[in-house]
Formats: sequence, C-alpha cells, structure tokens
Amino acid sequence: MNTLIAISGLGVFCLIAEIFNFRKAIVPVVILGLLAILGTTLNIWSFGELLNSQYTNMIVADKFSNAFSSLFIVLTIFLVAMSHDVYKDHETKISDFIAIKIFLLAGAVAMVSFSNLSMYFLGIETLSIALYILAGSSRLDIKSNEAGMKYFLMGSFASGFILFGICLIYGAMGSFDVTEISEMSRSAELPIWFPIGISLLTVGMLFKIAAVPFHFWAPDVYEGAPSIVTATMSTLAKVVAFATLYKLLATMNADISSAYQNIIIIVSIASMTVGNIMALRQNNVKRMLAFSGISHAGFMMMTLLSLSNSSGNLLYYTVAYALAGIASFAVIINVTRNKDNEDILNFNGLGKTNPIMAAVLSASLLSMAGIPIFSGFFAKFMLFTQTIQAGFLIVVIAGVINSIISVGYYFKLILAMYTKEPSEEKQSTPFVYYAVGIVSIVLNIIIGLYPSLVTDLIK
Amino acid sequence: MENILNQIGIENYIFLSVLLFCIGVFGVLYRRNAIIVFMSIEIMLNAVNLLFVAFSTYWQDAKGEVFVFFSMAVAAAEVAVGLAILVAVFRNIGSVDISNLKNLKG
Repeated sequence: MNTLIAISGLGVFCLIAEIFNFRKAIVPVVILGLLAILGTTLNIWSFGELLNSQYTNMIVADKFSNAFSSLFIVLTIFLVAMSHDVYKDHETKISDFIAIKIFLLAGAVAMVSFSNLSMYFLGIETLSIALYILAGSSRLDIKSNEAGMKYFLMGSFASGFILFGICLIYGAMGSFDVTEISEMSRSAELPIWFPIGISLLTVGMLFKIAAVPFHFWAPDVYEGAPSIVTATMSTLAKVVAFATLYKLLATMNADISSAYQNIIIIVSIASMTVGNIMALRQNNVKRMLAFSGISHAGFMMMTLLSLSNSSGNLLYYTVAYALAGIASFAVIINVTRNKDNEDILNFNGLGKTNPIMAAVLSASLLSMAGIPIFSGFFAKFMLFTQTIQAGFLIVVIAGVINSIISVGYYFKLILAMYTKEPSEEKQSTPFVYYAVGIVSIVLNIIIGLYPSLVTDLIK
Repeated sequence: MENILNQIGIENYIFLSVLLFCIGVFGVLYRRNAIIVFMSIEIMLNAVNLLFVAFSTYWQDAKGEVFVFFSMAVAAAEVAVGLAILVAVFRNIGSVDISNLKNLKG
C-alpha cells in the first residue's frame, strides 16, 4: 500500500513540477524518489508498515507482490533515465511522458498486489490506458498512430473479455475477494460459470502477454511505437501481465484441471515455436525482438504447469529477461536515434565504431538466447528442471529445441555487428545509454552468478 | 415486493448479455469503420455491466453495482484515449477506416 501511494504521489509531483517550471529537476527527482520507494518496498530501512497492508482487503503486500513491485520499479528507473535523452527535443512534454510512465508503474504495482478483483481490473486498465497513450505518442508519425490504434483496439477488446470473466466469477461466487473465491473454489459444487469465467480471464491475459493465438498485434505495435515505448512494452508490460496471470491462477483456481493444463502446454509450445520461426525472417530489430518476446512468453507459460512452487522461478526468469531486454533497447535506441527505421543494416560494423555498445547488445542477446554465465541460461535451466520434475517432458523438449532455433536470429544481429563493414561515421553516444546498458548487463551477470539474490526475495 | 429476478430467472439475463457481448465481438471483428468499432467495444462493456447488475440482485449484494461504476469510469477514460488516437490518425491519413492502416507489415 505504501508503495502504491508513494508512486502515485510521485506521478502527481511530475504534473505539478511542469506548472511551477521545475522541468530540469523532474528526471533526477523521479529517479531518487523511485530509488527511495524501492528501498521501502524491499524493506531495506525498516519503516514498518505505515498503513495497514490489508487495507479493507483490497491490496496485500506479501513477498510475491513486493518482489515483483521491486522489479517493476527498477525497470521504470532505467526507462525514466533514458527518457531524459529521448525527449530532449520535446522539452515541454517531458513531464507528461514521465508522469504517464509513473502512473503506468502504479497500475503495474496494483496488478501484482491485488487481493480483490476490482483492484486487479483498475490496475490493468491504468497500465493499458497509459500504454495506449505512449504507443501513439509520436503523433505526427503515421506508424506510431497506427501502432496506437491497433494496440488500443486489441487492448480494449481484451479488456472486454477480462471484464466478462470477472463478472462470471462474481456471479458464481458472489464476491470479488480472491481469498474468499479460492476457499469457495475448493468446494465440490461450482456453477458452470466459474470455469468459463476463469477461461475468459485467461484469454484476456493471453492477449496482454501476446501468447500465440492472440499475438497478432504485438509485432506491428512494437515496430510502430517509439523505441522507448517498445522498451516499456517488451520488458515492463510483458512481465507485469505475466506475473498477474500467474497470481490470478495461483490464488483463485485452487486445483487446475488436466484439460486446462493441456491447453497451457499447447499454448506454450505454439508460442515458442511460432515466435522463434517468425523471428528468423525479420529484418527490423524491433520486430525481431517482438517475436522473441512472444517466444519468451511461451517459456514463461511453463511456470503455470507447477503453480504451487514456481513463483521463484518465474521471478528469476522475468528478472533475467527484463534486464537483458532493457540493455538491448538501450543500444537500439542509441543506434537508431536519428534514423527513420530500425533495420538490421543500421547495426553493421557497430563492433568497430562503438565496441562498448556492441558488447552490451551482444551480451543481452546471448542472455536471451540462454548462453551460460548470463542469467538467461540459469533461468531456463531452473525452469526446465522444475518442469521435468512436474512431469511435463514434452514441453521441455520443445523448449530446448526452440532455444537452439533462437540462437539463429540472435546471432544474425551479432554477426552484423562484428563482421560487416560500418556504413557511417561514429556518432557520439550520450552517457546515459552507456550507464543503463552496462548497469543492466552487470546486474544480469550478477544474478546469474548468485541466483539466490533474487529467489530469496520470494521464499 | 416480488423479486422480478425470480420470475425471469438469472439464466435469461446471462443469455441476453452473452448475446450482446457477441454482437460487440463480431462488430469489432467485421466492421472497418473505427467509430463503429469503438461502439462495438462499448456494447461489449455494457453487456457486462448489465450482467453485473443482474448478479448483484441475484446475490442481494451491492458490490456488483459498485463495480459497474468502476467499469463505466474506466470505459469512459479508455474511449477518450481511443478518440484522441483516432483524431491523430484522421489528421494524418484523412480517413477513419481501419483497413487503411497497413504500413506495418512483415
């Protein structure tokens, strides 16, 4: 509860700072504020709970929600730090953009710490509406308009399904409280509406995480949106939506039926395969990372097969994926700053003109592909081990094959950077991109060497 | 007072809202005019609101009715953002037909 109130206060501060002309102070103050909130969320300095955490049973601040909220705050710090340079030419708008990002974070925190379905619905809508605005935020650019429109149509379509699902669950249980719902879902007699409601909720959430039958919007939206927004969507929004889906199923649906598990297996294998195979033939880097995100959603779906004890693995996988994603987008934003597209040709010879940036991008791609010493490998390793123990060998086989396929397109970019000749002069790089890229890659390697740093947060 | 829900039966309310919801879904999937797509999305959300009120009476519990206010406020905010995006699209391509949005492919 403290986290949510503090984040909303920070968002309001951004809007007020614009009125009083404190524009220059916004980025540093927001970053410091987010660091302070991160400390409170992780309980580094024990404030104790200022407010009752069970505030009328709307929000619960347990270890799951605190750990994920901390991850979201870290990602937002990186994104806000990069916004300073990205919006350099639109100085009057910077407070709006940063305020929207902070409110997006507030929605994200509400989504993982809900204990009442109405809070969950408000959280997901806060997050989605903020993202619709951001996706269409470059309003003179027709691609950004198209991305915003497509994302809006698909997102509100999915919200309709989620709302219908919540409604049927309410009809079956007579309550919005997830603890009450989970107690009642153990009883033998359930109206048929309850499983239908859970299915509709799952369909809506699969839209949001872009898993395979519902992934058509993702590549278009990722390509059209401004790069910094694509970074937000592919790291923050995906991780938030997945953590929420996990929490929904883990807290409400006490015993997952085997039919439901089969559907998860099929969706997971289909997401991994379709995402990877489509990524192989992309030339636009943002589009390629969109398909790579779809395949990672398939990997994360594996955690839903052993719901009771895989929250640590999910956290570890999402941290590894999101840090690698932020690092790669720091490089992509820097390289394509003054270009009108994000083709792979722009990366030719980056290894010669800017070796540090090329190293950061290679490291993040290797982490996503799952090469050892980067945390992406250990994340996949832990995930596969647990899925085998739960007895779903076939998903793991598909996962291993897909990891091998994915090396193909990640190496296409790495080879372009190191073997092709540079097509242009070296361009200067603002310090903040180095900082974000290097810090997130170093964090990625550290949690790869000491996985317990992350998994202990949740145990 | 005789409860009208007992006479009609909760099932009929569910059938009605499922019907309205499906009208909305097919509107989103088949219509190409963005304004009509927005209207179809509103039909989907309002079908759910109807069902919320029906369930709220069924359980004799006000929570469902309160939720309707949340969902109405959210739908209003959502459609405001959608119309803003639509205005930006209209200024750039001079049409509200979503089949004209074909720049992103691959």
